[in-house]
Parts: sequence; structure tokens; C-alpha cells
Amino acid sequence: MNSRSVIIKGLVILTGLGLAIRLFYIQLIDPDYERAAENNIVQKILEYPYRGLITDRNDSLLVYNTPVFDLLVIPNQVEIPDTSRFLQLLEMTEEEFLEQMKKAKKFSYKLASVLVSQLPNEHLAAIQGELINYEGFFVQPRTVREYTYPSLAHTLGYVGEISLRKLKQDTTGYYRGGDYLGISGIEKAYENNLRGDRGVSYRMVDAQRVAKGKFRNGEFDTLPEPGKDVQLTIDIELQQYAEKLMQGKVGSVVALDPKTGEILAMVSAPDYNPSLLSGKKLSTNYEPLEQDSLKPLFNRALQAMYPPGSMFKTVQSLIALQEGIVNPEQKIYCEGDLIGDLAPPGKYDIKRGITYSSNNFFFILFRRTMLQRKDPNMYSDSRIGLTNWRNYVTQFGLGNKLGVDLPNEVKGFVPTVDYYDRMYGTRRWKFSNIYSLSIGQGELQVSPLQMANLGALLGNRGHYITPHIVRYVGEESSLGFERHEVEIDSAHFEPVLQGMEQVVSIGSGRRAYVTGLQICGKTSTVENPGYDHSGFMAFAPKDDPKIAIAVYVENAGWGGRAAAATAGLIIEKYLKGEVSRKYMETYVLKGKFHD
Amino acid sequence: MTKTREQSSDPITIGLFLLLALIGWVNIYAAEYDPESSVGMFSLSQSSGKQLLWIGVSLLMGLFVYVADYKFFDSFAYVVYGIIMLLLVAVLFFGKEVSGAQSWFQIGSFRLQPSEFAKYATLLAVAKYLSELKQKTLETRQIIFAAVLFLIPMALTILQRDAGTALIYTGLILVLFREGMSPLVLILLAAVVALFLLTLLIPKAVLLVGIAIVALIVLGLVARTVKRIAWVFIVTTLAIGMVISVDFAMNEVFQPHQQKRIMSLINPNADPLGVGWNVTQSKIAIGSGGLKGKGFLEGTQTKFDFVPEQTTDFIFCTVGEEHGWLGTFTVIVLFCILLIRLVNIAERQKAKFARIFGYGVVSILFFHFMINIAMTIGLFPVIGIPLPFFSYGGSSLLSFSLMLFTFLKLDAHRMQMLQR
Repeated sequence: MNSRSVIIKGLVILTGLGLAIRLFYIQLIDPDYERAAENNIVQKILEYPYRGLITDRNDSLLVYNTPVFDLLVIPNQVEIPDTSRFLQLLEMTEEEFLEQMKKAKKFSYKLASVLVSQLPNEHLAAIQGELINYEGFFVQPRTVREYTYPSLAHTLGYVGEISLRKLKQDTTGYYRGGDYLGISGIEKAYENNLRGDRGVSYRMVDAQRVAKGKFRNGEFDTLPEPGKDVQLTIDIELQQYAEKLMQGKVGSVVALDPKTGEILAMVSAPDYNPSLLSGKKLSTNYEPLEQDSLKPLFNRALQAMYPPGSMFKTVQSLIALQEGIVNPEQKIYCEGDLIGDLAPPGKYDIKRGITYSSNNFFFILFRRTMLQRKDPNMYSDSRIGLTNWRNYVTQFGLGNKLGVDLPNEVKGFVPTVDYYDRMYGTRRWKFSNIYSLSIGQGELQVSPLQMANLGALLGNRGHYITPHIVRYVGEESSLGFERHEVEIDSAHFEPVLQGMEQVVSIGSGRRAYVTGLQICGKTSTVENPGYDHSGFMAFAPKDDPKIAIAVYVENAGWGGRAAAATAGLIIEKYLKGEVSRKYMETYVLKGKFHD
Repeated sequence: MTKTREQSSDPITIGLFLLLALIGWVNIYAAEYDPESSVGMFSLSQSSGKQLLWIGVSLLMGLFVYVADYKFFDSFAYVVYGIIMLLLVAVLFFGKEVSGAQSWFQIGSFRLQPSEFAKYATLLAVAKYLSELKQKTLETRQIIFAAVLFLIPMALTILQRDAGTALIYTGLILVLFREGMSPLVLILLAAVVALFLLTLLIPKAVLLVGIAIVALIVLGLVARTVKRIAWVFIVTTLAIGMVISVDFAMNEVFQPHQQKRIMSLINPNADPLGVGWNVTQSKIAIGSGGLKGKGFLEGTQTKFDFVPEQTTDFIFCTVGEEHGWLGTFTVIVLFCILLIRLVNIAERQKAKFARIFGYGVVSILFFHFMINIAMTIGLFPVIGIPLPFFSYGGSSLLSFSLMLFTFLKLDAHRMQMLQR
């Protein structure tokens, strides 16, 4: 055989070997190609679940979903045979259209982005009918929140597009840009339950991104899991009534079921219609609400801090009784010259002191509580006294978050030894510097929720259940909220509650009096830099409390007027089902509480 | 000249031809397969259906060749060559442009690519010319004349802007080598190509230093006569000159799209969505096949159009994707067996014409096989040439079959040819 033919055969074999080796490398060794192939063809499609519904305690539907239709565009597929007709159909100007297209192109040429969100329902059919003539556009359904009542906006909260900041903070990796999530209220607090779980499906696409069926027969696909429905503790009828009474006022109402800690109504005035912040309207309405000087977005029930004022005298009484500084029968003569007072001079015991809200009586009581001669030095004695006192006060749920299942609850403030040390210098302050605390003024700060909770605690004679707003998540009861005891013998409550009963029957809170209901209450005329706030805290009936309530009406003057009247009406409404005292309703609605 | 002297055509070669054509046909079907359409592999609306028709036509043509007079090919070699060259010229004026190349005649719905048949005609002419030379080794003058025979169709094909097909003629160097051309020419040619690619890969300064070092080493080894020293200097100077002038050559000789293709071979990631797209996608398709492949009709990269020209120039991608390395290896082995078989058949020819023609067939098939597969796996710039017997296309399949069957026909008469 010719030697050159052997060389040529060798060349053929070497070439074959070289190609086979190279193929061996790219097919068996280098893993990049397999991944690249999957990236080429697999398109991940997220399927969004329905967000859970929200109902009140009687299963009245409060929040549901309604479908809206967005018009999406895939820029590199766009073909518009008749531009003017197209713009007319969408009711857009050419500038608007070009602007939106620019945004879409900036996002991606190949992927869909929203061109028009929430197409007007009346034109939907017409648009969908004509859309087949225009390539690159399609309509996609989505849901937005819809509200049965124009009520409860602060509690319900709203849903909106995730912010860049939150997206970065999300450690679960669940959210993606453009996702919607609860931003405040229940929507935020119960986001994980309400949202459900997204489903994912993988499909194959060709080089032109045209769908070519399921990837691996849907082996990796998951179905979306719908969000869980949430039942609130709110009684929507009571809520609406409370909202009506608070119309035109600034302030807050919180009503609780003392036995369970369930929040029956929670109002922050002024409020807004929750549908204003739903879907497309959010972007236009948020800014004006945010800018409003009365801060309608601010949930005063949880976030506002006021001094408790005279309502705090109930706490002072119980501490003094527990400390043995005073006994229920003991009368103290008050000159009425220690502190400004509307109550006349005379002999006061606990019951009478509360009934007439004697500032001087509580001044003396607090002085005795603070200065128990545990140390001969008055400065040191004040420190011991304050520490001891504060220990009690915090047990009443003050100075700390109660742990309600809603976002942004404030702690309030109960001053500490350290606080006064910083304010006056260590051992440079004594009782005389802090006597304002005796009547719930000074540095004390509480939220309306904390005062309503105080009402529940008094009604329960010494304990409260963590207040909460959700009864059921899906089928699961959200029971098991913690029971908190106060270190005060239940026997000590009786004189205090008798005083509170008299406040309503013969004292400053007479406007809350309802025949046949044993209402125990306490008014506050809360001193503050502006006009006094009107405050009232109550529970009823005395022997089997079913409702506890706190009302603050800002700058409305005496507690016995705006707040007591409002609270009385709400109690009447809840316990009797209707309000017979129409004159009182008119009085509250009219809203003229100053002389 | 009796009937008994006539041999039957080589059954191994015919078997390999049928096997490759059928594997190709199945892969053409798979490359275009659309699960949502119910069109079968025999439908004439599909490339696979048409290809089957072309396979049938090829076999029919094989039959014609078989019954023809074996002396025809030898006698009419120059005539055929002349006619086809005229057609190559004509297509420049009357041809239809398909994907950038003006190399098609359109007659009704039927399209014909004369450049495919020019290979066949050129083989006949070169074989005819070389077979009539008497001496054993070729003189330079004769090499040049033989080269002119294939440089003419090469030039005409380049004028049709079909550089890929033109490149195939360089394969005929193998024929000249077999017939006695100095191996130095082969080595020199390989060195020039290697040096060209190196200049694109390695910084010039490094390359120049490298050349100098190699030159010094060679000088140390062979510097015994003045003549040798002079040769080393001349070669070194030429190499350095080439390295320096590559940029000029790239810009002046190659068109921008050709430059890009060459550069994308060096670095396909430089422009993955542009020129690098073909190579990148082709490698992804083949690379994702793994050992056993994704299975028949289960490939995604080819049928979803990520790989361009998936039934023609890039048909090998479907083999790689659906049948993995076992598939690609099998195809490579089949081609190697076919080529070695053809060399063996060529070597057993008694007549010089038949032997040279056989080597021509080997060269053409070998270059197509090597360049096509190398192109799909990123070892060679993307030039549009088919994989013989595999790629969809009537002209190329007919042309390759014609070469093969003509050679087998000549082989069948090898005892008679001797007597001439």
C-alpha cells in the first residue's frame, strides 16, 4: 500500500479523534452548556393566589377582591396598523402612549410590562374585541381590594406595590419587584396569612419567546395556594356607629370585650374611606392624605400618646390600697390648697375621691405612696417610692406595648428614676418635683388602647387579656392570648369601682349614664399645651363586664362632655342594641362641647 | 471485455451511504419537529419529507450511473467541466440570491446550485489531467496547472459570495499530495494557517519573540551549511512579515462580516447575541446533550429555533442534542469508516484516473465532514457548508451521491480499466 495513503488515513482518524475529544469535553465535562440550554427555553411564570378575605366578628364581609384588567405590552412584538384608532380606544394621547412605551422598553423588549393599569370596565369588552388587530398587546387579570363599608380604614390598612427598601430587607426571598403586599393595618400584620402562596409553572419557549408547552411535563410546577380568610373581633355595626359619633372630631375610640381582650371597635378620627387607597387610586390619593394637617393616616388609637389625666386616679387608688397606705374606710381631710382643684375642700375617702375627682386627695395619696420613710433622706425615699410605684403602674399595661396584633403600637411612657436623674440630676429631685403624676399628668403618656385596656382590667378586677383584633385565621382560632395579672388583691377594686359607678351616676360622667346599665367610668380633662383634651374610660355592666371603652376627643375640653357622652352612647349601642337617648346623640354629633 | 469481469458495486460503501442518509433524514425530521403539529415525517411540507424524496432521486441517479458506460466519465471529463464552469459564470448573471450567496438557479419552484456540481466536474477534470501524466512525481508546472483547474471554480464560487464552498477546493491538495507533490507544501500551508490564527489569539509582541526563539533553536540544530542558514532566515522573515501584516490582511482581504466570524471563533463571548450567536447556540445545543442525549424528538435548542439553519449546515446539533456524545461519536466513526473505505478502494484501482478521482471524492467528503463539525463546536469559523449525506438540501445530496456512485461505478470496472 502507498505510504501516502497511510498518512491520509491517519489524517482522517486524527481528525475524527480530535472532533470526538472536543465533543467529549463540551458534552460530558463542561456543565455550562446544559444550564445555558435550560436558560434558553425555560420561562418561569408566577401564578398569584387570591388574597384572603376579611370579615367582622359576625361574618360580615369587610374586604374582598375584585378583578381588574391591565393592558400589557411586549415591545418587540408591537404592530399597530391604525395608531389613531388605537389611541382613541385606550383614551390616551400620543405623548402618554409614547411615554409608557418608553418605560416598557426600558424594562425589557422581550418581556411584558403594564401599559395601562386597570382598564375602565365599561370599555373592557370593546378593547378586548379590537385587540386582536394589534400585535404585542394583551389583557391580563389581576385583583384589587374592595371594601363593603367605608369604615375601619386604619385597622384594615392597605395593599400596595413593594418598595425597593422592603424588597432589599426581605430575607425570605419571597417578594419580587412589582409584587403587592400589605403596607399597614391587618393587611400588613397578617400579610403572610392573607397573601397565600404563589404557584409557579415552567413552560418552554422558542427563540421568539413563543410558548411551546410545559417544561418536563410540569414536573416542577406548583399550584398557587389561596390566602387564608381572616375574621376580625370588630363588630362592624358598633364600629360604624362609633365612627359616626367621631365625625368632625379629632381623637380616638377603643372598645374591648374585657373577658377576651377582643377589640370591638377602634376609631381614629379623622379617618378616610379605605377604598381611596385601593389599586390604582393609591397613587393619586396617598399624597393628599399624607399631607393633610389633621393626619388622617395616623392611627391615633394605637399611635397617639396623651397624658391619662384623672382616669389615672383609679390606678393611684389601687396602688395605695395595695401598699396599705389607705384603707377603704379611711377619710382624709383635704384643704384643697396643695394643687389646683375643682373638687371642694372636705373629707375624702377613695370612693368619694374618685367620684369627685379630688386632685388634693390624690396628691396626698401619691405623696404617701412615694414617701414611705424607707429611707430618712427624702431624695432617696423618693427614688425608692418611684421605683415601687412604677413597678405597679407597668403591670397595668402602661409604659410598654400591650402586644396587639397590629403594627405601629406605641409604648406610652411611665417615667423612671433614670429619667428624672437625667432631667434634674441624680438625687436632686424628690416628690415635690413629680407630684403631677398623682393626677395622671406630668410625664405620663398613654395610648387610647392602653386606657381601654385599663377599663377592661378594672372590670376584670385585676387582670387583662392581651387586646387583639383577629379571631380566626382560616379555620384556626387565634385564641390563647396571654392573661396578665396585676399584683393587687381583687378586694381592693370594690371601693374604686363604686367610685367609678358614682362618677357616671352622680359625678362628672353623668352624660354616660344609661338607665339599667351599671356603667363604671372616669372622666379626664387632660391638660396639654393647647385646649384640654376630653377623655373618658369606662366599662359596663359593673358586675359582669361586657365592654370596656376609652375615648379621647382632642381639644374638646371637659372629659364629662365630649368623651363621656360618646362613650355612653357606644356602650348603650353595644349592650342594648340601639340608642334611645337621641338627644345625647344629637349633642355629640353637633360637636359643640365648649361653653 | 466480458460480463464476468464486471464487479458489483462495493456493498460496504453503499451500506454506509444509506445509513448516513437515513440517520440524516431522521435528524432533519427531529430538528423541525413541532409537537403541536400533526404533520408526519413523510409529509412533503416538511424538510424531512422532501429529503426522503431527494434520497430516492439520488438512488435513482445511482442506478443511471450504474447502467451508464464507464468510459463516459473519463472521456467526457473536460466537457462536463467546461459546461459546469459556464453554468458557474451564468449564475453570476442570472442566478438568484439565497441568504447572501448568488449561487442558485431558480426554475419554477425548483432550485439548483451549480457550485455543488462544480466540485464533481472539477474532480473529473483534475483526475483526467493528472492521469494522463506519465512520470511518477509531479513537476511544479504540472501542480500549478492542476491547481488552476480547481482554482477557477474556486474563484467563481467566491464571486458568488459563497466562500465556504470555495474553501472546499483546498481539500484537493490531498490529491496532489497523494500523486507525488512534496509534503513541504502541505506543511507550509498548515503553518501559514496556524500562524494566522496565532496572530489573532496572542499579542503580537509575544508572538514575534516566540518566532525569534523558535528560529534560533532551529538555527542551532540545522546550521551546518550556508544554504540552510539562508533558508531559516528567509522563512523567519516571511513569518515575521506575515504576523505584522495580518491586521492589514484582515481589513483588506476579508469583508467585515467575515472578519467578525473569524474573531467570534477566537472569542465567541465577545458578542454572544450578534455574530457569536450561531456558535454559542450551536455549542449549547450539542453541549446540553450529555452522554446519551435528551432522546429522539426531545431536543429543545434546535427545534425551538435557537440554533440557526438547524436542518442544513447545523444538522449536527440535533444529533448532539438528542443523542448525546454516543450519537456524535457514532456519526464521526461512520464518516471515518467511510473515508478509510474509500481510500482503500482508491488504492486498489488499477487505472490512474479512477484512483485520482477516488482521492478527490475522499478529499471533498473529508473537508466537508471536518469543517462542518468543527464549525458547529466552535473550532472553525462559521461558513455555510453542508455535512455530506446528512444536511437537508437536494443539490448537495445529489452532488455527493453522484461523486460516490461515479467512483463506485469506476471501481466496479477496475479490471476492465486496466486493459485500456
